[in-house]
Amino acid sequence: MAAHLSSGRVNLTALREAGRRELREFLDKCAGSKAIVWDEYLTGPFGLIAQYSLLKEHEVEKMFTLKPGRLPPADVKNIIFFVRPKLELMDIITDNVLREDRGRSPQRDFHILFVPRRSLLCEQWLKEQGVLGSFIHREQYSLDLIPFDGDLLSMESESAFKECYLESDQTSLYHAAKGLMTLQALYGTIPQIFGKGECARHVANMMIRMKREFPGSQNSIFPVFDTLLLLDRNVDLLTPLATQLTYEGLIDEIYGIQNTYVKLPPEKFAPKKQGEGGKDLPTEPKKLQLNSAEELYAEIRDKNFNAVGSVLSKKAKIISAAFEERHHAKTVGEIKQFVSQLPHMQAARSSLANHTSIAELIKDITTSEDFFDNLTVEQEFMSGIDTDKVNNYIEDCIAQKHPLIKILRLVCLQSVCNSGLKQKVLDHYKREILQTYGYEHILTLNNLEKAGLLKPQTSGRNNYPTIRKTLRLWMDDVNEQNPNDISYVYSGYAPLSVRLAQLLARPGWRSIEEVLKMLPGPHFEERQQLPTGLQKKRQHGENRVTLVFFLGGVTYAEIAALRFLSQMEDGGTEYVIATTKLINGTSWIKSLMDKLEPAPF
Amino acid sequence: MSRARADEEEYWHSSKFRAFTFDDEDDELSQLKESKRAVNSLRDIVDDDDDDLERVSWSGEPVGSISWSIKETASSSTSSLEGRDSSLQKGSSSYAAFPKQVSSYSLSSLFKGRNKLPSFQSLSDALSDTGVKNYAPELRRPKAEYKICSLERFRSLQDKLVLLDEAVAGHDGNVITAVLIFLKRTLRREILFRELEVRQVALCHLIHFLKETGEQKLLLDLLRFLDRTEEVALSQYREHLNIQDVEKRREFLKGCIGLPFSAEDTSHIQDHYTLLERQIIIEANDRHLETAGQSEIFRKYPRKASILNMPLVTTLFYSCFYHYTEAEGTFSSPTNLKKTFKIPDKQYVLTALAARAKLRAWDDVDALFTTKNWLGYTKKKAPIGFHRVVEILQRNNAPVQVLQEYVRLVEDVETRLNLATKYKCHDVVIETYKDLKDRIQLTAYKCKVERGSAEEEKINSILNNMQIRWKN
Repeated sequence: MAAHLSSGRVNLTALREAGRRELREFLDKCAGSKAIVWDEYLTGPFGLIAQYSLLKEHEVEKMFTLKPGRLPPADVKNIIFFVRPKLELMDIITDNVLREDRGRSPQRDFHILFVPRRSLLCEQWLKEQGVLGSFIHREQYSLDLIPFDGDLLSMESESAFKECYLESDQTSLYHAAKGLMTLQALYGTIPQIFGKGECARHVANMMIRMKREFPGSQNSIFPVFDTLLLLDRNVDLLTPLATQLTYEGLIDEIYGIQNTYVKLPPEKFAPKKQGEGGKDLPTEPKKLQLNSAEELYAEIRDKNFNAVGSVLSKKAKIISAAFEERHHAKTVGEIKQFVSQLPHMQAARSSLANHTSIAELIKDITTSEDFFDNLTVEQEFMSGIDTDKVNNYIEDCIAQKHPLIKILRLVCLQSVCNSGLKQKVLDHYKREILQTYGYEHILTLNNLEKAGLLKPQTSGRNNYPTIRKTLRLWMDDVNEQNPNDISYVYSGYAPLSVRLAQLLARPGWRSIEEVLKMLPGPHFEERQQLPTGLQKKRQHGENRVTLVFFLGGVTYAEIAALRFLSQMEDGGTEYVIATTKLINGTSWIKSLMDKLEPAPF
Repeated sequence: MSRARADEEEYWHSSKFRAFTFDDEDDELSQLKESKRAVNSLRDIVDDDDDDLERVSWSGEPVGSISWSIKETASSSTSSLEGRDSSLQKGSSSYAAFPKQVSSYSLSSLFKGRNKLPSFQSLSDALSDTGVKNYAPELRRPKAEYKICSLERFRSLQDKLVLLDEAVAGHDGNVITAVLIFLKRTLRREILFRELEVRQVALCHLIHFLKETGEQKLLLDLLRFLDRTEEVALSQYREHLNIQDVEKRREFLKGCIGLPFSAEDTSHIQDHYTLLERQIIIEANDRHLETAGQSEIFRKYPRKASILNMPLVTTLFYSCFYHYTEAEGTFSSPTNLKKTFKIPDKQYVLTALAARAKLRAWDDVDALFTTKNWLGYTKKKAPIGFHRVVEILQRNNAPVQVLQEYVRLVEDVETRLNLATKYKCHDVVIETYKDLKDRIQLTAYKCKVERGSAEEEKINSILNNMQIRWKN
């Protein structure tokens, strides 16, 4: 089930196991039959830790989605709410509890499991509504870092960026530090910590403090990670705004990957057999899980999309040839051997069919005129062309009322690539956006300004060209098929964040001091003492392992770039990636937009 | 099953299934298609019923996953849910009779018996029981060690502030919020505000907390105290979204105009108010017109939605659609809107064009681009470029005669040729090739027009014209 988690350099199955153990312990606290009421957002992340069968073993008989009104009449002893600590969810729970029929027998006991942390604010809220006393167990489930793949961990905290950079609420940083402490408890103390940015500094401080305040925490585990690199998202605001051009990145850009699952339009995935469900095309979206457990996907996910087609066609040839083997199978033994390989071939066949269909869907979009125009503008901005005047394409898109998020992505990209827009240009864009999409978006524009994504050029100087040149962010001779540089993930643009990681490993940040100073926030290095017995003696040729933690989100293209570095023959470093949330430009901007609908209560 | 067997037989004996060969020079799209075909042809061979791969329901959710199970168990109980709904009303009254369990975890009773100033960690433990116990057994400490402390013990202002600073140093938002709730309850407002002013992190938490809990008044007081006037203004303006009644919303927006926004934003807020004011007038008027059934345009194209709260450009489109010919004096006329809101020419033309084209009012479209100079000569001009005009017309299914008139006006020759070819404006193509003196292309184009048509004749006569000096 979770074999792919142990495929990487660091065996993340241990983390998952710890999570499962914790869950079982909580469930056993509530003796007797149970029903779980789910905050819908949590089902995805939980699915990566446990299946229904685990819950069932611990007497979970029913599961419902949290919604206002009366709870369904399940005959269970316990009702357990699995929720994030959010006030609006507390209101729903209150409603549920108040409508519970007190005359029913046997009565049902209520419990709350907060994920990832109990919140005083929420409990205070419940108390004010007069229902706090109805809950027997109020506990927390520290689902901080959830293993997504053999080299990938995420906290799936949607609002982390907004909280850190807009509201200066550092709770998610606290959770990140807690998650890192957990990791260290399982995988040993990380001897070296590097960081860039305010939030990175905070997290490092918290880690050091937590270590100090748990004197008994000196653990005797041999360290798996050599280095931790903490990176603020606002050190590199540019990368997520650009359209990702890796296979996985494009799937995410176009369809959105949620907790390793993607929902796709069903038309291209006809039912497996005729007569199965008649001739009607399915109307429900096709849902697929995407992770490295699937051999083919592991091979193509991080490639530039332009290199995917040829791999798929090669695979098709190989599979066809494999099936041709049957003609050469003459003896019973040979036939038997062929048959024994069938299941594996069949899995490979269905995997290939799925990805061919997905690639077709994506190709339809990437070959469209608008995709091309959009990409051209992005690439112009990133390579520093015409970033200081009103862009025609953006104006056209506004006039045609393209989705607002698309417009905001482009305008923000231009602003970031110009270290802020000239006041006149900024005012022009703002006016056009407000007139076309509605004046209330003034609130969203304001948020973007606060986050530094959209701003007037204050210093009168544009630092971006210097940063671009020093860090070689723009590569003209990009090789998409057989890449020799990380810039292949954006067909020319090398993600700044990953460049920083690359330069840290070799030759070290001292070589780029000047540029580091231009980027926001401090950069620093800390060391954590290890007992002498645990100090690592590296075998010759053994790679170092670096954990890169993106505070505020990371894109699939950045992950691909880091994996590319891990696989470089003389790279010398393998990377494991952690983040507060897997993001793309669209989901990121969305998280910063002002919620325009009033709350439903 | 027997059919499957027959298929299998056929498969073993026939050589119908052949591996695909790929032409390496093919572009990738066709490669993809071929891969797909190859794969699909294999589908029939390999699929048999005992599929021992992971069971997956059609939606792709592995059977047994959490979200799948929610659907399953929920659907089995929803039917009975409906029937019980009638007893739902008595919920709250019977609740009162229910013996309330005494809370063992409230703010004031929580922190008991600690004399010393608690350290950050114990504070954190007491408030949220968060030790690193989870996952990491070796970091676990026995429950008894958690120190319980009472915030009520902190009586003097100085103690309270030290407490706050400790909480902030710990970065745990939960703890910071807890302390802030306590301070908010026990300190006078001015003192609280004053102390927070020099404690930015705590301040941000309180602002966030007040926003969450909707304590708008205290929030505005705080922001005003801090002199963050623009934020006050925005925060207040935001409130209009919660007002459903348009008249009230308009009144509210009117009140927002005087708020201390930046100069640029003030003009936007002013516009927002003016726009809603206009929309209310237009809406009342048009609803009346529509129900009266006297106006032809409303009979022919009934309105799909009210114009209230729509963006400016949408309103302009609406007015170009329903009120195009009105004099500038009326509130609903496009020219009036253009003037009032200083809508740029480009935006105006685009919107008007789209609206008139939708109504197939080609004369209006023509007039939009016709300018007269002082001698009375007319000239065609488009602030948006004629290629855009063509695109918009085409999207509205304009006939070729109309389309070609504007294709002809596209300045760039290559764009003109592309558009003309794409939309089959034969005359334009022919004339352009003639102007380019490109005999080869013109000859080639002959096969694109109908046999014996006027276009073919035209091409022939040009080709036979001895006066033209062809370049090829």
